[in-house]
Amino acid sequence: MKPAPFTWHGPRTVDEAVAVLAEVGHEGKVLAGGQSLIPVLAMRLAEPAHLVDINAVAGLDRIVVDATGVTIGALVRHASLERDDAAAAAQPLLRQALRLVAHPTIRNRGTTVGSLAHADPSGEMTSVLTLLGGTITARSARGERTIPATEFFVGPLESALAADELAVSAHFPAASAGTGSAFVEVARRHGDYALCGVGAVATVDPAGAVTGLRCGYLSVSETPLTVDLTDAWNSGDDAAAATAAAARAAVDPLPDIHATAEYRRQLAGVLTVRAAEQAVAQAVQRVGTMGRDNESGHNEEDRSA
Amino acid sequence: MSEQVRSTSRNGAEVATGTVPAGARSTVAVTVNGTHRSAEVESRRTLSDYLRHDLGLTGTHVGCEHGVCGACTVLLDGTPVRSCLVFAVTAAGHQVTTAEGLGQLDESGDPNSLSPVQRAFRDCHALQCGFCTPGFMTTITAGIAENPDPTRDEAVEMIAGNLCRCTGYQNIVDAVLRAAELAKDPAAPLTDRFTEHSDAAHSADQDADGAGA
Ligand SMILES: Cc1cc2nc3c(=O)[nH]c(=O)nc-3n(C[C@H](O)[C@H](O)[C@H](O)COP(=O)(O)OP(=O)(O)OC[C@H]3O[C@@H](n4cnc5c(N)ncnc54)[C@H](O)[C@@H]3O)c2cc1C
Ligand code: FES
Ligand code: FES
Repeated sequence: MKPAPFTWHGPRTVDEAVAVLAEVGHEGKVLAGGQSLIPVLAMRLAEPAHLVDINAVAGLDRIVVDATGVTIGALVRHASLERDDAAAAAQPLLRQALRLVAHPTIRNRGTTVGSLAHADPSGEMTSVLTLLGGTITARSARGERTIPATEFFVGPLESALAADELAVSAHFPAASAGTGSAFVEVARRHGDYALCGVGAVATVDPAGAVTGLRCGYLSVSETPLTVDLTDAWNSGDDAAAATAAAARAAVDPLPDIHATAEYRRQLAGVLTVRAAEQAVAQAVQRVGTMGRDNESGHNEEDRSA
Repeated sequence: MSEQVRSTSRNGAEVATGTVPAGARSTVAVTVNGTHRSAEVESRRTLSDYLRHDLGLTGTHVGCEHGVCGACTVLLDGTPVRSCLVFAVTAAGHQVTTAEGLGQLDESGDPNSLSPVQRAFRDCHALQCGFCTPGFMTTITAGIAENPDPTRDEAVEMIAGNLCRCTGYQNIVDAVLRAAELAKDPAAPLTDRFTEHSDAAHSADQDADGAGA
């Protein structure tokens, strides 16, 4: 349970970090929060010759919130993003999902960008980035490129990052007007990786009719899966059953010691309806609040009277 | 072979930078429980092994070595982290608080000289074998600093990432609430709320059994 020896590099800048990565290539691994990598090293599932420890690199710990959404640097810990009120206001799905990532103590150390780079199909944030259509920006000595989530997750624990690339930031688009979101999951124990998890984003029109419903899944496919369920949700009398059936048909779970494939498929159906109901309710509430805000503007005279 | 890991100051915090070849040792200096400590270690040395083997601070316990049990939890710059999932070299220049640093008995041996969390564990019988205890106490110390008034549900949430094979957790949950009380008022009397919690539950069970018989 002790990692094999490795050469440790402690760069202070992104330029230094990518210069080391260019030199060590496939022999090297980035060390961010270490909450996935150190267990892997301790169990000797990997024995990289070089670790590039980015914990002292300047300028990677920023959370930037603007009209387009939330951009986080590679050293933003899950816990910092979860606590950030501006980020939660711009994109509520971030906090809704981060609450379910491991335990608070792991979230204090693990980075959100690290969990994306790790590309675990059981990771909440991989599924959130895909559902929201976010991007990852990577730097290498060769230059910088921005990779859409749909191209970033290549397979289980496999991302599109080249060996010499450092993921420097991730961007999560802002929630647009008239949308609501929710994230629900079932795990064997509180804080464990989920047997199945579902994130939902619903869009409603001013009258409250659902015009869009998209769900993102974790632990039931090899790469984060996103499914458009708008038609099933609007399919008439037994829409909930139709939505659950559509979800069950879309997922492709594998059995393991924690649950059978059938059980995970069943969970996908049940959790989809649960997440969708919450997301639609939040969307309706947000549209309603906007309406009320306008009304209270008209009613100003009444209140002062 | 010994390499010096440079400590450079940035935003007031000292950070470790440089290169340490595989198999080589470097001087890693960390402020542990307010005292400047250092040791020559390989970069693959985890913070938990550094504390226990190199500094002799065996109050930090090591259970699973892959982040699951929480026994090794220490405060890194005041925040709970798994010390088995941090390399000592990464922690160089930072502040670490271990179970030893939470409080020590004074010379008179008065238990009230312990920290609120330590006193609460004593008051509520929140440990049996004690293996998990250091990790719970560091976690709860930071937890009540962040939330000085936890509800019982919040207390459960606070300790949900730590495993205990002995107690059944209820007394540890009590200890969270008692510690919060003691942190606000070190003279707060120990009420039935904590000491009779399990007795009350037990006799309620017996009553139920009696009614059923
Ligand atoms: C007990 C336990 C329970 C957990 N439960 C969950 C859970 O329920 N859900 C969940 O999502 N996660 C869970 N995790 C994992 C946790 O979220 C990790 O923090 C996260 O997956 C990885 O982030 P990190 O910063 O720790 O990355 P590291 O462990 O440092 O790195 C992980 C991988 O990504 C690479 N990498 C990291 N950062 C970069 C970068 N900037 N550029 C290029 N490559 C990079 C590393 O080289 C490595 O291969 C759990 C972990 C533990 C120990
Ligand atoms: S020893 Fe670190 S979490 Fe178990
Ligand atoms: S008291 Fe024995 S493991 Fe908790």
